Amino acid sequence: MEHGSFTDNSAATFSLTDEDHTIANAVRFTLNQDPRVTFCGYSIPHPSEARVNIRVQTTGDPAREVLKDACQNLMLMCRHVRCTFDKAVEDLKQAML
Amino acid sequence: MAEGAGEEKKKFSIWDLPDVPMGQLPPHLELQRSRVSCNKDAPIHTESIQYSGAYASMGIDNSSRLDRFSNNFRVEVVRLNEDDIEFDMIGIDAAIANSFRRILIAELPTMAIEKVLIANNTSIIQDEVLAHRLGLVPIRVDPRLFDYLSENDQPNEKNTIVFKLHVQCKRGSPRITVKSDALKWLPNGSELVKETRNATSDSSSKPEIYTYFGCSQETVPEFVKNPIIPKYPDIIIAKLGPGQEIELEAHAVKGIGKTHAKWSPVATAWYRMLPEVVLLEDIEDDLAEELKSKCPVNVFDIEDLGKGRRRATVARPRACTLCRECIRGDDWEKRVALRRVKDHFIFTIESTGALPPEVLFTEAVKILEDKCERVITELS
Repeated sequence: MEHGSFTDNSAATFSLTDEDHTIANAVRFTLNQDPRVTFCGYSIPHPSEARVNIRVQTTGDPAREVLKDACQNLMLMCRHVRCTFDKAVEDLKQAML
Repeated sequence: MAEGAGEEKKKFSIWDLPDVPMGQLPPHLELQRSRVSCNKDAPIHTESIQYSGAYASMGIDNSSRLDRFSNNFRVEVVRLNEDDIEFDMIGIDAAIANSFRRILIAELPTMAIEKVLIANNTSIIQDEVLAHRLGLVPIRVDPRLFDYLSENDQPNEKNTIVFKLHVQCKRGSPRITVKSDALKWLPNGSELVKETRNATSDSSSKPEIYTYFGCSQETVPEFVKNPIIPKYPDIIIAKLGPGQEIELEAHAVKGIGKTHAKWSPVATAWYRMLPEVVLLEDIEDDLAEELKSKCPVNVFDIEDLGKGRRRATVARPRACTLCRECIRGDDWEKRVALRRVKDHFIFTIESTGALPPEVLFTEAVKILEDKCERVITELS
């Protein structure tokens, strides 16, 4: 769910349900790394409710696209982590044989 | 220096001066960016400088492009056993490492006993306490072979595991301890029958049962090789005196740690940053002996310089537990600097037995990828 303004789509707040710090902090990190982003942050309105608000302000690009790119980057990072870890475990198992 | 040279009409940039390293941060800023300094009273520079434009005025691009991450990221496995793993992740940020830790503890599914149907319990352990203890027993089965059981589903062989426990302590025999190996797996489903309240039901009506197994779980090849049993056979569940009996059936379903901690697949999972111990000045002779004896985990070593002089060196910085004994006392803070490397994490994962720890970590990364994908599809 995106809360933004119709005229200016470079700044918006995205409200995600059923999420918590796990994904919000990771997405906030990748958002910060993107040079198009001027401001990003997340907040949890109430701890009993599983909802996260992610605020993105960019230098002109639509906030939705920038958030999507950040999530894509996070997915690619995870994939790389997985491949590297699997290879390291394989190498160790081979060495132990 | 710039003002003096300004008298000449030549313009030159301050960046041309040889002192300023080109394309790199000056050493004190690099220290702030990449190390947490653990001082006597509190650590400083603990936040990670994530903003892409943080060092823009120095001409440094702080944004981590994916290719730079892929080149610098390394994993080194230090120890791998059947139950636990210790590995180093170098080049990753605390936000992502913490996400992995949170997912390992709370969002990886496992099988655990949820419903306990008690036919007879004359022991001194109350029904609910017995059911609670049974729920915490780890079961050695791969949870990826099962589906979730929701409210509307019927319990069948794809989402339930049924165990039976029937122990009796006969009169005259000594007290017995009921351990978790007394739980017998029933691959054909529940044997108990629901009580029908209808007194006029005739004997030809089929009795209602608790689970609807279409086929026996023994037909699945994984379970032929590894029958489903609790991982540890010596967990004490209850104790019986003479004449007491427990007869019950326990149904295990799939769940995640967020709902209840019994579904957490790790005993625990934690990470710490790599400690870095730096000697700011040469420490010799008596001071070196004092330093070596202060450290409870033997981080320091003495090396001989010849002619009876000795010097302290840092031999095992990884063992440092940050007890800060080496900087306690006068003047020691000037000689020893305790730091932590911000992007080097030593991860330890202890599994309870359902899945081997390296598989647990791979599944946790997959779950983070699935969450990202869910966010992307929600946005599109």
